[in-house]
Amino acid sequence: MITGFDVAEVTRSDESLRKFLDSLPNIDKVGLEARAATLASRSIKTTSKQAFIDLAIRMIDLTTLEGMDTPEKIHTLCAKAMHPDPFDLAVPSVAAVCVYPDLVSLAKTHLRDSPVQVASVATAFPSGRSSLAIKLSDTKLAVEHGADEIDMVIDRGAFLAGHYYSILEEIVEVKGACGPAHLKVILETGELQTYDNIKKASWIAMLAGADFIKTSTGKVNPAATLPVVLEMLYAVRDWYRFTGEVIGMKPAGGIRSSKDALKLLVLVNETLGTAWLDPNRFRIGASTLLNDLLMQRHKLLNGNYSSSRYVTID
Amino acid sequence: MNERIDVKKTLKLYINGAFVRSESGRSYEVKTSTGEFYANAALGSRKDVRDAVKAARDAQESWQQLTAYNRGQILYRLAELCETRRHQLETELSEIEGLSPANAKREIDTAIDRLVWYAGWADKISSVYGGHNQVAAPFFNFSVIEPTGVIGIVSESSSSFLSLISQVAPAITTGNTAVVIASQLNPVSAITFAEIAATSDVPAGVVNIVTGDYHELASWIAEHLDVDGIDLTGIREPEITKKLSQLASVNVKRVLSHHIGNTNYANEPSRMKFWTETKTVWHPIGS
Repeated sequence: MITGFDVAEVTRSDESLRKFLDSLPNIDKVGLEARAATLASRSIKTTSKQAFIDLAIRMIDLTTLEGMDTPEKIHTLCAKAMHPDPFDLAVPSVAAVCVYPDLVSLAKTHLRDSPVQVASVATAFPSGRSSLAIKLSDTKLAVEHGADEIDMVIDRGAFLAGHYYSILEEIVEVKGACGPAHLKVILETGELQTYDNIKKASWIAMLAGADFIKTSTGKVNPAATLPVVLEMLYAVRDWYRFTGEVIGMKPAGGIRSSKDALKLLVLVNETLGTAWLDPNRFRIGASTLLNDLLMQRHKLLNGNYSSSRYVTID
Repeated sequence: MNERIDVKKTLKLYINGAFVRSESGRSYEVKTSTGEFYANAALGSRKDVRDAVKAARDAQESWQQLTAYNRGQILYRLAELCETRRHQLETELSEIEGLSPANAKREIDTAIDRLVWYAGWADKISSVYGGHNQVAAPFFNFSVIEPTGVIGIVSESSSSFLSLISQVAPAITTGNTAVVIASQLNPVSAITFAEIAATSDVPAGVVNIVTGDYHELASWIAEHLDVDGIDLTGIREPEITKKLSQLASVNVKRVLSHHIGNTNYANEPSRMKFWTETKTVWHPIGS
């Protein structure tokens, strides 16, 4: 049990941080996986599905993080973010587009005054292997070009080497460089090896001032598995209990079907309650998921199955 | 001495190269023509149909992109494997469906010969129906035969194996993939065919077989936007084929049905041609 803590005290030194992280209870692997599997088997009534699909669309960070991203790709991505289905304007827009820092200003131009936010990855994404100075200038580049949200990666090498305090300091520095932009901290859970490590990394990120904690870059497998998401939601819940502060959560990577997204929202609802069923508190990093949600939406509205040939490729 | 307990086979669905139970968990009893219990079969649901269509769609492009020669070889392989299991097929027709042994043998002979016949067609149909057209202008003009896409098939109850081959082979020969609703009354030979397909070189998803009631399942195929054609030969009720044909208009599917009158099993290539599209290309003649 965590019995209360003082953020200033915990983050004072390497020693105090280490002591706090060591005091966190270990994860019950079997229990965690069983709980995630149980929640994932919930069935949802058709009437609720309609609401679920629109909510899931509003939670998406529509993402393209490829070396081959062209200006035209960003253009089509932004158009799709604003109007996911050009034939049905009742479909809500997604929460944000997520791009590399050099494409932020372009995305901003296309999105104009729409409510869709621009999120940018930063800090030598996806590996996080560079100097702090370069990571900070990477962040500033994105913020200066108008990014509303920054998705930073932690240094997994440093984490696995046990340099927890340097990670905390790095997140604090990046948070400073973000200015008004929201900060999401990517743990890259697929590289952290154990559930206990993921728990520690979640707490480091929250102690350092993250607005969101995010599972993965999308470049590593496994990514946002259900037990990992559930575990991070527990961390968010504990943080809220002890500090009263709201931290958001963003699973990303490998979430392709509506069913995957539905399972995630069940986890959120059962762990954090309906207050977290909100794009300001929960996001889903995805690209192809949006098409599947649109196809499911078609099925609910029209009664017949749709085809991927009736939605855009990108 | 203990009497040995019979080991009865449970008939499963064949979707994406795997034998699966129905997503719905339902099953039904298959009986012989004399009314005795033969086996339990999966009673497919609309979600099984959806999974099968997805498998067929995912498999279609790569199946089409194989060389026609290669597709022909694979069909021939299928015929070879039917030949090695002909005893089982004949027994099923005679003991379950009640054909005389002589008729059962004749049906299997015809079915296997028909499969070989279609195998031969695979790399010839494009030359017969496509080619270089003569035009009165300085252009090359080519017609290319392409598969229609994903074909939904409602299989017949009578002559179940021969009917199945006669419906599936013309669809897959040209590069279509198929989702079959097997005869609810006589599903055994269809599942045996699935076992033959699974151990041949037919890629997963090219042939998918769902056992169950077409009254429940066919409309999901007819309305599915990922299906490009439906073969309703297995349905004799005019009002049902008419309704399904109307549903199929949602994405202008090609429809074979007794209601329309274009279902012919004869050994001529029109049934195969029916599941193709002709793409004609004009190209200027260079100097």
